Amino acid sequence: MATQAVPARPTKRALSEQARREERLAYLFLIPSLLVVIGVAFYPLFNTIYVTFFDARLGSSRAWEYVGLENYTRLLASAQWWEAVWNTIRFTVASVFFELVLGMCIALVVNSKFPGRGLMRTAMLVPWAIPTAISSQMWKWMYHDVFGVLNDFFTRIVPILPAKIAWIANADTAIWALVAVDVWKTTPFMALLLLAGLQLIPGDIYEAASVDGANGWRQFWTITLPNLRSAIVVALIFRTLDALRVFDLVWIMTSGAFNTETMATMNQRNLIQFQQLGYGSTISVAIFVVIALFVVLYITTIFKDEEV
Amino acid sequence: MAGQRKNVWRDLLFWFIVIVIAIYTLFPFYWAVASSFTPASALFTTPVHYFPENPTASAYITIFNNPDFRRALLNSAIVAITTVVISLVIGAFGAYALGRLRFRGRSIVLYTILSMTMFPAIAILGSLFTMVRALGIYNTPYALILTYMTFTLPFTIWVLSNFFKSLPLDLEQAAYVDGATPFQTFYMILLPLTAPGLVTTGLLAFIGAWNEFLYALTFTIDARTRTVPVAIALFSGEQEFEIPWADIMAAAVVVTIPLVILVLVFQQRLVEGLTAGAVKG
Repeated sequence: MATQAVPARPTKRALSEQARREERLAYLFLIPSLLVVIGVAFYPLFNTIYVTFFDARLGSSRAWEYVGLENYTRLLASAQWWEAVWNTIRFTVASVFFELVLGMCIALVVNSKFPGRGLMRTAMLVPWAIPTAISSQMWKWMYHDVFGVLNDFFTRIVPILPAKIAWIANADTAIWALVAVDVWKTTPFMALLLLAGLQLIPGDIYEAASVDGANGWRQFWTITLPNLRSAIVVALIFRTLDALRVFDLVWIMTSGAFNTETMATMNQRNLIQFQQLGYGSTISVAIFVVIALFVVLYITTIFKDEEV
Repeated sequence: MAGQRKNVWRDLLFWFIVIVIAIYTLFPFYWAVASSFTPASALFTTPVHYFPENPTASAYITIFNNPDFRRALLNSAIVAITTVVISLVIGAFGAYALGRLRFRGRSIVLYTILSMTMFPAIAILGSLFTMVRALGIYNTPYALILTYMTFTLPFTIWVLSNFFKSLPLDLEQAAYVDGATPFQTFYMILLPLTAPGLVTTGLLAFIGAWNEFLYALTFTIDARTRTVPVAIALFSGEQEFEIPWADIMAAAVVVTIPLVILVLVFQQRLVEGLTAGAVKG
């Protein structure tokens, strides 16, 4: 659409003069944005890739030493890295799945008219709006092994658990405890995206289906879900990319202990704590690749569906 | 008769689900508020009290008497507001060019910006760290304002350009006929018309900057420059039994309140902005 714009204009001198002026103005207006984007995103990105070929340290005056692909071979041979990848994928798949299911339920409920609906929508925005660092602390206190409200509730009020659990200091439960916090925090976002999609479905389709005798369950599968498809896809992609780079939650609640080290926490640790600029940047590039793989996976499955 | 009874059960079930959702969403906040008003002596006892007995505001007094916490609040406000203002000023120009003007390379720039809204912040952490050091702004608010541009600016440009695009097509032509220069057309006619868009994107950028943790943790080193999320995260630096949970919860409540107010006032706009950013993408 951009390439045809200028020549497509009438060839009168005054107009083409105006088109040229418009183009000059556009470039002028874009300069500040492009400078910032190149300065704080593109240059750092290329620099990150460049550094991966060196043994470089932060805060050291020692000259960088070219090491070829050594950082990459070291990373690929690192059990720690593959564990972080596995933890991140477990975390991502579980939280995105529960967010989608719960988000769908909430969107369906909030989509029907009832008194207090506006209030409900506002309440839904709050978990999304507060800093993850703060919700992590709030949940950490609820998860407390001795004085936490969750342990009290599940051992005393509704005694499902035989004994109190150290939710986030136990290799069996820690990552699922983190998933629960992420689900709590981002389900509202998912629900709002799905709600926006739901409100675009015309009501008379449902009326027609009711006349034909289709019950609610059938209507959901034959009308709601197909019509929500693009909203679901967008929400899934957004949330997956977000979950794959989870950092705040893990850093605050477990610092990566108890089988919760994710790609991002491992990356920050190596870069900043261990000051390994070269190796840490290699992890950054690897995270980029993993995220890109997920994007490709989503896009190919969607396009495959489209052709059928 | 039977149909009516079925409706009653359906209504009851519906309200039960609504209440469960409300409790699920709001209980953690209730718990933070309740804990923040519970005296420390009662906080560390079992069984847990679900309503604070002898409520006290001492945790709030403690945190507001803590100069580091006050400083962190101020730092967060300075960083978030400056980030928003700069992104809106720079972004409005860029968005206008992308949303309204014809020029070669437009779609390349547009898609580059769009792809950057999904950019993982962690991927450039090391390079930004060296850059921040080299510029001599490590451990200053400038480091955060500069690096926050990586996520606020592309987002601002993307959402604002959609707002510009949605305005009627012949606005510029009418202005040109009246003899306005392109620049006058931009800032006297189109910019005021996108005021709602500026508010929405500004809010979302504010929330993004106010909540940011990774860069704030990495590019600051001491209490003078820390922002609130980092300050609250580092409250727990001591040993396990010394963690001042009442104070942490009080701080969490204090930081959450401005966001709750923003959400209450601008609910509609926030939802519009979020869904515009996502669904139109």
